[in-house]
Amino acid sequence: MTKDIFVIVEHRKGEIRDITFELLTKGAELKKEQGKLYAVLLGFQNKKMLDKLKPFADSILDIDDERLKDFNAEYYQIVLSHLLSEKKPYVTLLGQTAFGIDFAPSLAIALDMPYSSDCINVEFDNDRLFTERQIYGGKINTRVLLSGNWGYMVSVRPGSFAAGEMKLEAEVTNMVSPLKEEVDYRRFVQYVEAVKGEVDITQAEIVIGVGRGIKEEQNIAMMEDFAKSMGGVLACSRPVADAGWLSKDRQVGSSGKTVKPKLYIACGISGAFQHIMGMKNADTIVAINKDPNAPIFSVANYGIVGDLFQVVPKLQEKVIDLKE
Amino acid sequence: MNIAVCIKRVPETAEAAVNIDSTEKQIIEDKFVFDINEADNYALEEALLLSEKEEGEITLFTVGPKESDEVLKMGLAKGAVKGVRITPENLETLDTYATAKLLAEQIKEGNFDIILTGCISNDFGNSQVGVMLAEILGIPHATLVIKMEVENETATVWRELEGGLLEELKVKLPSVFTIQTGINEPRYASILGIRRAAQKEIKVIENITVEGMKAEVVKMYYPPAGKRAEILEGGAEEVSGKLCEILKGKGLL
Repeated sequence: MTKDIFVIVEHRKGEIRDITFELLTKGAELKKEQGKLYAVLLGFQNKKMLDKLKPFADSILDIDDERLKDFNAEYYQIVLSHLLSEKKPYVTLLGQTAFGIDFAPSLAIALDMPYSSDCINVEFDNDRLFTERQIYGGKINTRVLLSGNWGYMVSVRPGSFAAGEMKLEAEVTNMVSPLKEEVDYRRFVQYVEAVKGEVDITQAEIVIGVGRGIKEEQNIAMMEDFAKSMGGVLACSRPVADAGWLSKDRQVGSSGKTVKPKLYIACGISGAFQHIMGMKNADTIVAINKDPNAPIFSVANYGIVGDLFQVVPKLQEKVIDLKE
Repeated sequence: MNIAVCIKRVPETAEAAVNIDSTEKQIIEDKFVFDINEADNYALEEALLLSEKEEGEITLFTVGPKESDEVLKMGLAKGAVKGVRITPENLETLDTYATAKLLAEQIKEGNFDIILTGCISNDFGNSQVGVMLAEILGIPHATLVIKMEVENETATVWRELEGGLLEELKVKLPSVFTIQTGINEPRYASILGIRRAAQKEIKVIENITVEGMKAEVVKMYYPPAGKRAEILEGGAEEVSGKLCEILKGKGLL
């Protein structure tokens, strides 16, 4: 059994995604003496990406095929099931992203590899492989033991590990693409950019975020009013945009906008990691939430445990007084 | 067009404290309100919208305890014709792969054109079952679908990527799509629908066990405290005053 660590490189429009460097940094830490750290790159005309990857791995497996230019889960399945069953890496790491989510589960079962997804940590303990993951929206953690096979698959939540400086000099191995006929049952057509709205929340210095705790559409007006008194703009977490109470371009989070205002006030937002990804770099974060254990309090600088319908009007009153 | 929708009954924990029981492998579920998993509800609505355009029937599938009949009945009230509840003997320790196998076993005979489910569950959040189901059935899939159109034997779907970017794909049917929240506006069941649902069939599959993969939850625990906000104490009036002072001190007001 090898002790090699594989990292599946994620790229889009010719650019390697941050998660890849986070995984390679972690992979270097996980790697045992007898094993090597591999970056596995499926793409087309990979030169530029290979150069970027070289310091981050011992070895790069490069599969260069025009059909791998844009992501297609079906091609990934064919190439990776071929490659992994031949090389038998001990741990295969990839991102819990729109990319990883779309092919890891099918690849894992095709290869009979135990798979743990959306992990925030992965570690060896007495030669056994454990992952750590969050459930119930980050309110509970679980420890998962992967066992019984030559290799394991772990998808990692973006931002779980910091990408470090690495000074390896990877040797590049060009692999023959195992792709034969075209896949006609799933075809990539194009990328479609998000529609721009009238308010650009990424430019505001003060952002008020509103979440599920707002309960009803009619309560949005009160929050708009509060944002105005604060001299800021109103943004939201996913449930509010899903319900159509605010437009999609107001959504803060991994599938929406990333904001870095001077002040972010999260109102009735429990703090799913997707939301936190979009606002954790604000200078000052205030959270107002009913649940003292809500994950938002671990990212906020100041917290108010209470009902937003009582706190926000009082706060607004005082802000108006102060400004006059 | 025949559509299968896989749905799950989950506790509503968004605004509630979640506690672990003495085994350290389960949460205490007694006091929760249960409902259909959020993303599954959007999947169900998408199926209803598709079935209004193309002739066909919707069948619901769920893996869960007897109480899961509640979410099946809700779906039947909205317009599905039949529900299937799978309750294996080893329900307590079921993993994603075992769940996908159970669903596939029931779905494979059904001659479905489209199979929909949510892209993530609110409880365990693995985002695995839909893709595994497609693999077992040997049909294509696409995840995180935020818009879809069906014409002839092909679906055009838009997947939601990071940062608001969408990826447009053409996928041949039959196939599995995992639906992202916000794709549509889920309806409520009508009174008439609820009355009609009482006459509809729920097929129950029991007395089976199924093996999953070797990924075992060995322990549940509370997230370590780590960095935590400075909590401002007092009533609404008092905390508002304190916060204003802090923000003023930082030049934010």
